[in-house]
Amino acid sequence: MSDSTHAAEHHDGPHAKGLWRWLTTTNHKDIGTLYLVFSLVMFLVGGAMALIIRSELFQPGLQLVDPHFFNQMTTMHALVMIFGALMPAFVGLANWQIPLMVGAPDMALPRMNNWSFWILPPAFLLLIATLFMPGGAPAGGWTLYPPLILQTGEAFPFVVFSLHLLGASSILGAINIIVTITNMRAPGMGFMKMPMFVWTWLITAYLLIGAMPVLAGAITMLLTDRYFGTTFFLAAGGGDPVMFQHIFWFFGHPEVYILILPAFGIISQIIPTFSRKPLFGYTSMVVATSAIAFLSYVVWAHHMFTTGMPQAGMLFFMISTMFIAVPTGVKIFNWLATLWRGSISFETPMLFALAFVILFTIGGFSGLMLALVPADIQYHDTYFVVAHFHYVLVPGAIFSVIAAVYYWLPKWTGHRYDETLGKWHFWLSTIFVNVLFFPQHFLGLASMPRRIPDYSVQFTEFNMISSIGAFGFGLSQLLFVWVLVKCVRGGAKASAKVWDEPNGLEWTVPSPAPYHTFETPPKV
Amino acid sequence: MANTKADYYVPHGSPWPVVASVSMFVMALGGAMWLNGTGGGRTVLLLGLAGLTVMMFGWLGAVIRENIAGLYSGQVDASFRQGMAWFIFSEVMFFFAFFGALFYARTLAVPWLGGEGAGEATNSVLWPEFDASWPTNGPGAIGGNAQGGFETIGWSGLPLLNTALLLASSVTITIAHHALKNNNRLLLNIGTLLTIVLGGVFLYVQGVEYAHAYQDLDLRLSTGIYGSTFFMLTGFHGAHVTLGLIMLIVTWLRILRGHFTPREHFGFQAVSWYWHFVDVVWVCLFIFVYVL
Repeated sequence: MSDSTHAAEHHDGPHAKGLWRWLTTTNHKDIGTLYLVFSLVMFLVGGAMALIIRSELFQPGLQLVDPHFFNQMTTMHALVMIFGALMPAFVGLANWQIPLMVGAPDMALPRMNNWSFWILPPAFLLLIATLFMPGGAPAGGWTLYPPLILQTGEAFPFVVFSLHLLGASSILGAINIIVTITNMRAPGMGFMKMPMFVWTWLITAYLLIGAMPVLAGAITMLLTDRYFGTTFFLAAGGGDPVMFQHIFWFFGHPEVYILILPAFGIISQIIPTFSRKPLFGYTSMVVATSAIAFLSYVVWAHHMFTTGMPQAGMLFFMISTMFIAVPTGVKIFNWLATLWRGSISFETPMLFALAFVILFTIGGFSGLMLALVPADIQYHDTYFVVAHFHYVLVPGAIFSVIAAVYYWLPKWTGHRYDETLGKWHFWLSTIFVNVLFFPQHFLGLASMPRRIPDYSVQFTEFNMISSIGAFGFGLSQLLFVWVLVKCVRGGAKASAKVWDEPNGLEWTVPSPAPYHTFETPPKV
Repeated sequence: MANTKADYYVPHGSPWPVVASVSMFVMALGGAMWLNGTGGGRTVLLLGLAGLTVMMFGWLGAVIRENIAGLYSGQVDASFRQGMAWFIFSEVMFFFAFFGALFYARTLAVPWLGGEGAGEATNSVLWPEFDASWPTNGPGAIGGNAQGGFETIGWSGLPLLNTALLLASSVTITIAHHALKNNNRLLLNIGTLLTIVLGGVFLYVQGVEYAHAYQDLDLRLSTGIYGSTFFMLTGFHGAHVTLGLIMLIVTWLRILRGHFTPREHFGFQAVSWYWHFVDVVWVCLFIFVYVL
């Protein structure tokens, strides 16, 4: 086969041209680029869905879309953003950076790497196509709770199989990342010398392998309940619809940390670089990340306090959830201590990283409020929950991805991005993201329910403000796209080090990073 | 594993991953069409499956050729091993979801329906007659015979035989592995073949048991929560045994061709790990589904 004949030759560039190169590539940089571009496209698609939601909610009453379509939008927005935008973005960053950061020639299993990416576009084709099917896309929320989700029309098996494919892709990607990290580090790079981004991804990959198959099991049970007469979630048959929620959140809560641990890693790379100091408390960062990962498996039922679980269960899940604040607090403290007396400069990646620390912490605190059973029973299914997880995911996870892109973009393209436009992007995003999500706290505390296209008139002003913020934030991201395009096409030459005092192997290779790097392992 | 070669082998370009992705897409499309009752669903599903089969031959064939050509260092071998180990772990977690459903239903959901804990009102208003004991097909007596009843399969008959068969097959594959390490090709061949035979008989017995359950015991996939958990757990296990069996047959054909050396035999090792995994799952099934 062509695989073996090519192997003997030495190649400096891609082995093929045009579309075929991207379809058949085994190069971690190519695949990283594919992931990142795909993620950006999905980010814009999911964002457009969010803007439909916010347009409808601009005023009380029903004006723009049919309520059923509104429900489809809330469901699809979540699925697209989680599985299409955020997870592929982090995997794309892992692909580009982990081999560069551990001094490996490529990912450990390069063909499987290509496979895990190319599962994504067809899977999303299946998912997005459901919008045009009889009965429409799934409209029961991304958590797919039965019995509501079982009322989905012809879209139902498409959604289930699409999620199976996405899960398979994530598992393959996670296996590849673990093996790359455990088996491909340059000689001399012990585990406790690995960059934090690599550490957090190692732990994230364990979470992925542990959690994604459980989701596969849960949606398989949904499928057999609907088509093959099983009664997993039917009380008359001895099952329990709440059981789905337990299985789903056993996946779902680790999933939350899958979306945030790599972000912690990114921030732990950026803050030391722009403070010109080593990361404070490296060991405690590693321990804290592991502790968060462990705890993430024993907190799932805090999503379900209103289902009527036994009191002992509620107490356990409340306390275990609040424990997560401890390792998370360690991380925030370490970042602040890294900043302390550093010679700080405020380039765009640093700005996003600092905004992350502040705004993610707001999301963390509202999470603590939600962890309290008596309070959660009031907040449950209100806009307070929406505000909480969007603070964690947008100025949290998404800001970290943006920060990472600005941070490593000169290494990838060999050009400096436009710093002025980058700063504009930062300030517009940061202001509008708060205009967008902060009022939702007040709406939730005043008991506006989530996932409803209409609301009482007293909620109007805050909803209008929130919608204005949404459009401001959405349009600001077009500026981001422009900065990216501009930087890929040209710009000031970036040096190998790019920044003043960056630490790590990725800064020892030229910018742009050559197609093949570290073909003989570097000495650390 | 010692790093015998300086370079880590990175294949440059391969069409097989995309073939795999497209085949999976076609399978998902066909499966969904079939479930929706759209015409041609099954054909599309089989088309996808055929694509996947071609991909397996092409991709794994390329890997085997590269291996024989000596392109792989010990470090590449270690990557394969670790990759396989983590893949099996993901499979364990998949089964964990279904075992979790079984435990949840038995220890929480069914007692609640019987009036325990917060289930008192549900029980007295909706199903005061319900006897919350395991096995059950729920207060609505879903599935089962005309009276709503059904019987279960005792552990001491065919399931015990099946346990013996699979445990024996784990022994034979281990014997084959040791034979491979000692370069005893005949014993390797016989051990692998015996494993295949034992696995095949296991599947046959499982088929007999299923037929018995469906025809004589009124125990079906749709027989409430007992039928659901019983058939989904044993069914997915059976599917994994089938997959393992296919892998074993391919391995045996490779043995006949003289593949695998006492030092390098990742393919054999991966299959034997997988086989031990289905064995362990069966032991858990035997204990938690049949005996307890």
